[in-house]
Amino acid sequence: MSDQSDSPRKQSTGPDIDRASEQASDQEGPAIVSRRWLLLKAGIALNGLVGLALAVPIVRYLLAPVRKDDSYKSWISLGAADSFPMGETRLVSFKNPWTRPWDGETDNVAAYVRKEGANQFTVFAINCAHLGCPVRWFPQSQLFMCPCHGGVYYADGSRASGPPERGLFTYDYKIAGGQLQIDAGQMPSLSNTAKLVNISRPGQDGRAKDGDCGCRG
Amino acid sequence: MKQGRTQMWKQVYDWFERRLQIEGPIKDAVLHKVPRNTASWWYVFGSAAFTLLMLQIVTGILLALVYVPSGAEAWNSLNILNHQVPLGWFLRAMHGWGSDFMVAVVFIHMAQVFLFGAYKFPRELTWTVGVFLLLMTLGMAFTGQVLRFDQDAYWGLGIGVFILSRVPWMGGGLVHLLLGGPTIAGATLSRFFALHVFVIPGTLLFLVAMHVWMVLKLGINEWPMPGRLVRKSTYIAEYNKLAHEDGIPFIPGAFWKDLIFSGAVLAAVAVCAAVFGPYGPGGQPDPSITQTVPKPDFPFLWIYAVLSYLPPSMETPFILTAPILMIAGLLAVPFVAGEGEKSWHRRPVAVLALTSVALAWAVFTHLATYTPWSPHMSAWSGDTLPVKYLRAATPLVRQGAVIFQAKQCRNCHSIGGQGGERGPALDAVATRMTLDQMRYKVVTGGGNMPAYGKNLSPPEIEALVSFLETLHPANEQPAIDASQQATQSSALPAPASGSSPP
Repeated sequence: MSDQSDSPRKQSTGPDIDRASEQASDQEGPAIVSRRWLLLKAGIALNGLVGLALAVPIVRYLLAPVRKDDSYKSWISLGAADSFPMGETRLVSFKNPWTRPWDGETDNVAAYVRKEGANQFTVFAINCAHLGCPVRWFPQSQLFMCPCHGGVYYADGSRASGPPERGLFTYDYKIAGGQLQIDAGQMPSLSNTAKLVNISRPGQDGRAKDGDCGCRG
Repeated sequence: MKQGRTQMWKQVYDWFERRLQIEGPIKDAVLHKVPRNTASWWYVFGSAAFTLLMLQIVTGILLALVYVPSGAEAWNSLNILNHQVPLGWFLRAMHGWGSDFMVAVVFIHMAQVFLFGAYKFPRELTWTVGVFLLLMTLGMAFTGQVLRFDQDAYWGLGIGVFILSRVPWMGGGLVHLLLGGPTIAGATLSRFFALHVFVIPGTLLFLVAMHVWMVLKLGINEWPMPGRLVRKSTYIAEYNKLAHEDGIPFIPGAFWKDLIFSGAVLAAVAVCAAVFGPYGPGGQPDPSITQTVPKPDFPFLWIYAVLSYLPPSMETPFILTAPILMIAGLLAVPFVAGEGEKSWHRRPVAVLALTSVALAWAVFTHLATYTPWSPHMSAWSGDTLPVKYLRAATPLVRQGAVIFQAKQCRNCHSIGGQGGERGPALDAVATRMTLDQMRYKVVTGGGNMPAYGKNLSPPEIEALVSFLETLHPANEQPAIDASQQATQSSALPAPASGSSPP
């Protein structure tokens, strides 16, 4: 340490050495240099190949959640079909069939069940067709209202007013052993359950169909 | 003795410097000359954004000591941070307010850089990297909101799902990728944790290094002067001349202002954190609880407002193209206007564009804060009718008032300053609409109003419009239509003219 030449100000030694070695390699002749470049290219190619081979399982792993909608869905019972009062709309909740132990409360899913006849039901997703916020049912005025942007739906799920482009999403249902079952397991959105289709029902406001596009020929 | 100690420190320093060899680059960075008038209070926002990034990293690591990134536990762990861990609330508040400040400062920095023409040659790439830094900052804000994992986080993600699901063909797959499964659940939180803590901060730090490197290599943008044009052939020489002839060393000449502003910003974050406290968490992330009014965090409020004003037919085209056009527009700025004037005195279009964007942003954020379009879900049962409207009411009018409350009209229409604002206030509705018009509107709806014809019986409609007809100031007559007016005006002077009544 006592040696004054240890001072950082004399930095020139490093670059000098580099330059010297560069000159040395130039003197080794073009054949040797091109062989080194070839080896370097071989090294890059090897790493590229291994990278590609590794990319396959990595991409497969990353895309694991992407599946057909049906593979996520299954039939879930919402209770005895008789337990729903005729002509009324009830909020029910069920456990999402596709769960992990660490899902916590998020595996509770809600739906609105409307009983229209002896075994006639409509089961609505609670998600507003605009941006998915949970709509609330008001039995007094027979309307669903969304708290986010004020989308409103009639009792049959058709669009009444506000920004939604279509009516509420519905679940497929069946009655099995007296139980009302729905085909659920997937967050309803415009890309799966119902798509952006016209589900116009009797009495729907004509203007509501503006956004519903080429389904009316 | 003292000299000996100094000698010893010098030796220790030299030992490290011999190996690190970092003194030269640091000295270059610290002492490089900057044009004298860039040592300005206008040039402090970039360093403040960097300081806030450091604050976010430090507070983020401290929060990660307690936070549990599990769908089942995240919400609980935040409540424990808020209420049980000593000063956990303060750390959460610092991180939350630091986030808002960082977004704000990054936007201000961008506006300043745009206004000063700093994106022009040779700093195009600095601007481009800056655009990605802005996107990363917004990405941090959104993923951070998700990590709060309360109702707002849940339904905010739901909005993300509904936006992504509109992408043609790939929508479903993109939604699955975003959520890590078919629904918002534990897998979703895990991947947003990875994004918020590893992926985005890593990218952010790399891009920041690139950004700062280019600022050092290319020099800070000189103060724009009207008439001093940027030309690719001459700019570098002109800039170097300016920096050397009328330059001062970056430290301390300009840096003291950066330091003071950064310190003030940090202090402001701490004061906001201490006074206003942490954000939430709000209600637990149970999607079966529909009694919720989801709202995004501050940086995204404007989007929330824009999405409510779009006509339904515009929704999908807008959502799919607007973000791409916005980002493309920002990226294109230096390539469209890479040369020429830098001064805002000679760039009216730039000034107008910036002002318009800022105004639009402010208006939409204000609208979203006061949500005039969201129904007030409890107005029908919670807000009372002012007594003065019912003082002289007939039984039919009173019945109408009951219907007005019970059928949730109040959720969208205010009376006496209380109630929703989605529809117009009805305090003086009778002066605007005739009885027939009101009846028609109630039955058929239209615009943003549902048709109540299906849900109200004819007697209920009669009672309701009777009540609405009383809603006018005492000194103003209710509206009547032209035919009524004609019969009234012809009926009044009739006796004077002497003709016999019909």
